[in-house]
Amino acid sequence: MNAILLLLTALLCVAMLVTAVTAIMVNSTPIAILAAGLISLLASVVFVLLAAPDVAMTEAAIGSGLTTFLFFFVLARVRAGSEDGGEL
Amino acid sequence: MIRRLFVVLLLAVLGGLFLALQLGYVPDAQLNQTAAYYAEHGAGELGAANLVTAIIVTYRGLDTLGEVTVLFLATTIIGLVLATGRATISSESRRTQVSELLTTGSRLLAPPIMLLGVYVFINGHLTPGGGFQGGAILASSALLLLLAEPLRDFSHSLIATVEALSGSIYVLLGLFGLVFAGGFLDNRFLPLGTFGELFSAGAIPLIYSLIGLKVGAEFSSVLVHLSATDTTEEQP
Repeated sequence: MNAILLLLTALLCVAMLVTAVTAIMVNSTPIAILAAGLISLLASVVFVLLAAPDVAMTEAAIGSGLTTFLFFFVLARVRAGSEDGGEL
Repeated sequence: MIRRLFVVLLLAVLGGLFLALQLGYVPDAQLNQTAAYYAEHGAGELGAANLVTAIIVTYRGLDTLGEVTVLFLATTIIGLVLATGRATISSESRRTQVSELLTTGSRLLAPPIMLLGVYVFINGHLTPGGGFQGGAILASSALLLLLAEPLRDFSHSLIATVEALSGSIYVLLGLFGLVFAGGFLDNRFLPLGTFGELFSAGAIPLIYSLIGLKVGAEFSSVLVHLSATDTTEEQP
């Protein structure tokens, strides 16, 4: 692995760590969901750099696509439920 | 305070473990025996341009069948948990506000996303990706439709039929391999064709498409179950 790739990978890993801390610390739920999806997106780029495109496809499709959608879907349901007088 | 201390301690222990792993890591100088066999003979034996797919669908096909079974069990149990004890709500009472932007955008985006999913699993033997990835993309387009039009009733029986049919044909193709070729899930009972073309690699594209349809149907059924279950009746 040459120096530029190594630098890029290290940069992506630092960005993933920052995003992960953001996802835990931030108060707004939609931003936390987006940050969690961003971690998967950055991870899939790392997988491409590590020459594993199949794993990268899985990570992008499931980690950053499907679960992010699903969390937003559930968030919408939870908010609709709390408007009806629920405890959430 | 004590709990916070425990969390920090746990993180420190985990970090130490990973650091020890990282410091002791020595990259292999060459492939091990199995991997070397796959790399040398995979393309010639099975005719698949994407070696990862050849390994997943054929060499380690039984493991993939196990994976699909685990996913099937998980979705069945989710369906069971969501279906019992709670009435499914009629479409009139699902009155979530949906913005015009989401409705129009999903009408534009859902068909291309669905096509991309189908492309990914049909070309699984040529390009990166395959049944699981394509199935997840299919399910995300179904989820987009659910988000945009909560009032639409998705056909449970259609999803269940697609899932059941693709699952049984997958096992049937595996048995075909046992009878007409070298073993269970062997892809060579169909002609291997020209290396690198769409209709090549024997039964691999067929099997991976079935896996894609099955995975897509399973994920979609979880989402449809989630959307059709009333959350407000949980309170006693």
